[in-house]
Amino acid sequence: MTTIAATGRRRATLPASTVLIAKRAVLSFLRTPQLVVLGTVQLVGILVTFRYVFGGAFGTSQGLPYVDFAVPGFIAAGVPFTLIGTAVVMAEDLHTGFIDRLRSLPFPSAAVLAGRVLADSVVLTWSLAIATAVGFAIGFRLHGSILQGLAAFGLCLVFGLAFSWVFMTLGLLAGNGQAAQGLAMLIFPLTFGSSAYVPVETMPGWLRAFAENQPITSMADAVRALALGGHAQDFLGHSAAYYVIRSLMWSAGIMIVFFALAVACFRRR
Amino acid sequence: MADLTIEARGLIKRFGKKTALDGLDLAVEPGQVVAVLGPNGAGKTTFVRSVATLLRLDSGELRVAGIDVRREPEAVRRVIGLAGQYASVEPAMTGRENLEMVARLYGQPARTARANATRVLERFGLAGDADRLARTYSGGMRRKLDLGASLVSTPRLLLLDEPTTGLDPRARIELWDAIDGLVEHGTDVLLTTQYLEEAERLAGHIVIIDHGRVVASGPPAQLKRRVGGNVLEVHVRDRADLAKVAASLARPGHAEPQVDEATCVVSVGAGDQAGIGGLIAGLRAIDDAGVELADISVRQPKLEEVFLALTGQESAGQARVRATK
Ligand SMILES: Nc1ncnc2c1ncn2[C@@H]1O[C@H](COP(=O)(O)OP(=O)(O)O)[C@@H](O)[C@H]1O
Ligand SMILES: [Mg+2]
Repeated sequence: MTTIAATGRRRATLPASTVLIAKRAVLSFLRTPQLVVLGTVQLVGILVTFRYVFGGAFGTSQGLPYVDFAVPGFIAAGVPFTLIGTAVVMAEDLHTGFIDRLRSLPFPSAAVLAGRVLADSVVLTWSLAIATAVGFAIGFRLHGSILQGLAAFGLCLVFGLAFSWVFMTLGLLAGNGQAAQGLAMLIFPLTFGSSAYVPVETMPGWLRAFAENQPITSMADAVRALALGGHAQDFLGHSAAYYVIRSLMWSAGIMIVFFALAVACFRRR
Repeated sequence: MADLTIEARGLIKRFGKKTALDGLDLAVEPGQVVAVLGPNGAGKTTFVRSVATLLRLDSGELRVAGIDVRREPEAVRRVIGLAGQYASVEPAMTGRENLEMVARLYGQPARTARANATRVLERFGLAGDADRLARTYSGGMRRKLDLGASLVSTPRLLLLDEPTTGLDPRARIELWDAIDGLVEHGTDVLLTTQYLEEAERLAGHIVIIDHGRVVASGPPAQLKRRVGGNVLEVHVRDRADLAKVAASLARPGHAEPQVDEATCVVSVGAGDQAGIGGLIAGLRAIDDAGVELADISVRQPKLEEVFLALTGQESAGQARVRATK
């Protein structure tokens, strides 16, 4: 009984255990070359494909180089892609008993989810930084202020936060890595049916109706609007503030719903 | 008097229509290794998970070290360690990092965590590999690391769910050695297994479960006596001799010899001292009759034979295997 008294009274706090869980997730990312490569080139791949395969950087639209319009949209819409791994890892952790092990330890189990979100944010910051640098390298120029540029970057992180909960939920629902991968593919129609890659005006009516009313379109438009600064109104029809607020409302909605779902799935296990 | 390490009464857990625990009763005295033995689907994992506070029981009472699992799950988590059915270590962290992480999650300050990690690594012979990534470990090393992770905090009760499943024989023996001696260090052990041999090797008390209930329990020697002791297998060269051999080995008051036509083997429980005498006489008669034997061996009874002997029925697992054939 003496040993229990010696080791049992202390308890890891929620912030401390969140950092510990996040550290494990970040290390496992950094030390798995496939993940690093994937996390780094995913966004970059889209940009480079656009630039060199479709020659997109050469076009202009209403007097502005098309690249200035495309890059921010691509990056915003690419955020969910960089987080698909979260669904897979979550499902695998469940499958292998890693989550059981964690939940059998005397720390607040909310840290298991919070740690994952924190780790996602770190990894996403890395991916976004690389993608932004490559964006500039292929000819993108910021028309908004530096502050607007930073806000655009921060907005992408907020979207990431929301999608982190989505993919955690999918991972917890799926139960194994392959099923999670399958479920996570649901993000593709959402992404490609958005304003990010194709202007919604060119879409058939039904698709257009869908594209105009879904979160990725509003996120892509918000980041675009910030990057275009003063040109936003002419290009997109509304001021940057309009798009930013819209995308933040989407993010908050997604976060609230999927936070609740993820917690429910986590508890049920 | 000290609290029982585990006290389970009438545990019921349903998953939809499936009843995984069906009124399970179990008491574990302090200071021992208890093996829960049962076929696939018997409810072993469900029981372990409920002790580890990981699932909500539909009914029943469950106490660990006197603490109610339902009312004070967090207090229970402070006194248990869990190593699940798969080695749940992070492959992209070193052995040391894995242990330090768990120690920190137990609430230990960094220095204590480091010291405990080192202690566990040394104890399990992993010190030389402490700073290699766990993904480079063999299956056996990973299991040892997994086991060690639970021991960074000196739990009062260690739960091991099928700790050696999937290990090669050498790694299995190494893990058995690692489990030995835990009790002397003040940690009681509850482990699950599908192998009587493993239960007998490790545990002072065996609880056999099937369909989510306890079928039999007791010290290994006593249980084995009830099922007729070790099994003698006689392998004949000529299939035609099987009946003759079976008849020679039959003894009044003992279980009938079983004949397997496909493998040309007659198997029979050795039984008590008198029974063994009878078997020797039977073997002599077989020899006198000039029957040619290919081989002869003595082995532990298989789990299926234990079930047959104890319940007169095959286990749920075996019935399922038969149904799918
Ligand atoms: N999460 C679950 N959902 C549905 N059925 C389950 C679940 N966990 C276990 N079961 C069922 O409960 C029974 C007991 O399972 P389990 O405790 O895993 O057995 P064991 O560990 O002895 O193989 C099995 O029939 C299994 O299919
Ligand atoms: Mg099991």
